[in-house]
Amino acid sequence: MLPWYEYLIVFGTGGLICMIGQILVITTKITTARILVLFELIGCFLAAINIYEPISAFAKAGINVPIVGFGASLAKGAINAVKAQGILGIFTGGIASVAGGLAAAIGFGFLFGSLFKAKTKKF
Amino acid sequence: MTELERNERYNKYVEAKIAKTHAWPSLFNAFCFGGIICVIGQLFNDMLLSIFPTMATQSAWTLTLIFLIFVASFLTGLGVFDKIAVYAGAGTIIPITGFSNSIASPAMEFKNEGIVFGMCAKMFVIAGPVIVFGTVASIIVGLIYLLV
Repeated sequence: MLPWYEYLIVFGTGGLICMIGQILVITTKITTARILVLFELIGCFLAAINIYEPISAFAKAGINVPIVGFGASLAKGAINAVKAQGILGIFTGGIASVAGGLAAAIGFGFLFGSLFKAKTKKF
Repeated sequence: MTELERNERYNKYVEAKIAKTHAWPSLFNAFCFGGIICVIGQLFNDMLLSIFPTMATQSAWTLTLIFLIFVASFLTGLGVFDKIAVYAGAGTIIPITGFSNSIASPAMEFKNEGIVFGMCAKMFVIAGPVIVFGTVASIIVGLIYLLV
């Protein structure tokens, strides 16, 4: 287990990223799909210019759990695969590195989508 | 009462009835819910590493994300996720839980339009762009690293 202040950092960084998202939602009325794509691409970019690793070492789950980490994982996977396999890595690296999360999201989405009925939304 | 006065009064009435999006509380909620989800992820990750000390960091993170995806899909199925999301706003969208919810939610909703073109096709209404942009970006990054 980590010391308690590490969890405080995780809470703070994760919360901050979500708060930036909420600011975008309030000011620009951005849709869910756009906001997810935007933060994913930010993660990709951070990993591509090699500054994701130091941030991740500091923030841990605070940046790995947000979709930013998903994007960074895609870029890191592509970079590592290119180093290891050359030209093939361009196509295999990205998806392979997020395969677990992607398959889980689709699999559980299919499972619970078939099991449960949609409820009428009340807002 | 002139027409102008009446319109003014009506506008005031509408203004009072509309549910206002309170900016500051929603920011606070997004911060708290987002932070809590990240802390849950960190706790699960630490627990995993303390049970299996030999596990690779990357594998532990992947399992953590799978755990969060599982919980989010399940809560979406139960209808609890939407209730939380009303308060949390981006606090539940930005973490991987939002990605999971964006797949499970349309899967449930469009089930009655058929399995293939309803559920399986509509699943990716929101997640599709995320996957496409992510894949294309990773190809571009890989290409740049090959050339540089």
